[in-house]
Amino acid sequence: MSLSAYVPILALFALATAFTLFSVGISQIVGPKRYNRAKLEAYECGIEPSPEPVGGGRFPVKFYLTAMLFIIFDIEIIFLYPWAVTFADLGLFGFVEMLLFIGTVFIAYAYVWRRGGLDWD
Amino acid sequence: MRFLTQDPTLADFGHDPWWLILLKIVVAFIFGMSMILLGVWFERRVVARMAVRPGLNQVGPFGLLQTLADGIKGILKEDLLPRTADKVVFFFAPTVPAIFALTALSVIPFGPMVSIFGVQTPLQVTDVPVAVLVVLACSAMGIYGIVLGGWASGSTYPLLGGLRSSAQMISYEVAMGLSIVAVFMTAGTMSTSGIVAAQAGGSEASWSIFGWHPTVPSWYAILLIPSFLIFVVSAFGETNRAPFDLPEAETELVAGYMTEYSSIKFLLYLLSEYVAMVVMSSIIATMFLGGWRAPWPITAFWSGANSGWWPLLWFLAKVVLLLFIFVWVRATLPRLRYDQFMKLGWKVLLPVNLIWILLLGGLRVMQDEQFSGRNRWLIIGGAVVAVLLVALLWPARKAEPKTTLEEQMSARPSGSFPLPPLDLQVPPSPRAKRVVAERRPANVTASGAGSGQVADADTDADEKEV
Repeated sequence: MSLSAYVPILALFALATAFTLFSVGISQIVGPKRYNRAKLEAYECGIEPSPEPVGGGRFPVKFYLTAMLFIIFDIEIIFLYPWAVTFADLGLFGFVEMLLFIGTVFIAYAYVWRRGGLDWD
Repeated sequence: MRFLTQDPTLADFGHDPWWLILLKIVVAFIFGMSMILLGVWFERRVVARMAVRPGLNQVGPFGLLQTLADGIKGILKEDLLPRTADKVVFFFAPTVPAIFALTALSVIPFGPMVSIFGVQTPLQVTDVPVAVLVVLACSAMGIYGIVLGGWASGSTYPLLGGLRSSAQMISYEVAMGLSIVAVFMTAGTMSTSGIVAAQAGGSEASWSIFGWHPTVPSWYAILLIPSFLIFVVSAFGETNRAPFDLPEAETELVAGYMTEYSSIKFLLYLLSEYVAMVVMSSIIATMFLGGWRAPWPITAFWSGANSGWWPLLWFLAKVVLLLFIFVWVRATLPRLRYDQFMKLGWKVLLPVNLIWILLLGGLRVMQDEQFSGRNRWLIIGGAVVAVLLVALLWPARKAEPKTTLEEQMSARPSGSFPLPPLDLQVPPSPRAKRVVAERRPANVTASGAGSGQVADADTDADEKEV
């Protein structure tokens, strides 16, 4: 198994990149350009727009919390994958090890749930 | 019923000559593009038929060219760049989800070994030991395009849509990532062709019905049904499809992260959504529905169904069936509220997933280790005691204190916003000069005499109004 099997993934990536860049470029050329101040305003259903400052305004901290929780559980999943692939070889020992690991994460999960980290209101 | 000689293994990949790689990626790219054109047509047509409308039928045969016409029209529209937008990010953000959605097509297995211009090669662009991870990584990278596009628009609706979308996709990525752990455990590999090979041919059951030994199905959709269901649900969340299309809930957020986009950039977001749907359908077909292998009744009487180019047909049939389910669900279910949606992902799918993995692991270990009867009962008993302990120690939900509406209203601090009385009868407005006439039943007869009476009633009403 050499790295040459990865080359087609990069090739398709390059093809897709070329296609999307070409299509955003072509619309700059073929599309019309008619200046109108109102067209360039942020869309807010017709009322006078109150645009966000560039770089994003303030937003609920819940989104940030969700991202933190995602990192915790995604790392858990990353640990689970190699274990799952070699599961048949590891046998009872590997299973008990994983039981302990998932148990530890479950404690954290129960804590987050109890503290209301998973509630969205 | 195994054709292991034709099953590509990992060793078969990475030896293609350069022209074959080029041919394969171009075909995969064209497959993705044509699936968008057909997919949009298919969705609009099926939804229309479910709503008892004719659907697309004007442009081309059965309206098939409508998507192409829409695309050309989109390119010829003006490409707006809002004054408040972050120019560079706004320009490039729509390309990101499209690029990564198309890249994910590279590890989808379309068929077994075939001969292309005299070269024996698998009908798959490539396969790597971490192929499923490549798909997951591509769907995760697509989130960047959405959140950056929403952020760079410099407007409130896109920002909220982009944030919602990213929170939703990462939440359902957790559920999705966990649900395929069971597949890896059973297949013992992460390569897509290996997972297809692991689902080959069911074994005959040891039990029988009236002397007939039924074939135990080998599809993981049946063997690992909890994983299958969780994966399908999270695939809907991951692709922002109804009933989880909250980022673009038009009643709340106009068009979500796409609000400020026009022309080809808008189309690129649309394109990436449909390619992601096709990729998800292909991955579901690969990991749970036996991939390119023919379904059971066909293999029973046609031994050649899994060789040559035929598997392409079975694979496409499975993908189209899954796309139909995507559309069917959209036509049937109402959109969820955001808190309900996040609750489903974090509080239902995640723990169910973890428990299912442990259950499956425990069963497999007990099967392999050949425990004696006493030890087996000890382990099962221990697990039951552990579950009971957790259930007993789990904090009980506090009962909501019951208060009447009057108590709630009187408990409001002074200076609160005034509320109308509960038994409020809305009087007719003094400014309303119009008194609505009593509606008389129209006495329509076959001779047409009724029309005169209706006209009379109209004049009556006019008089009262004056």
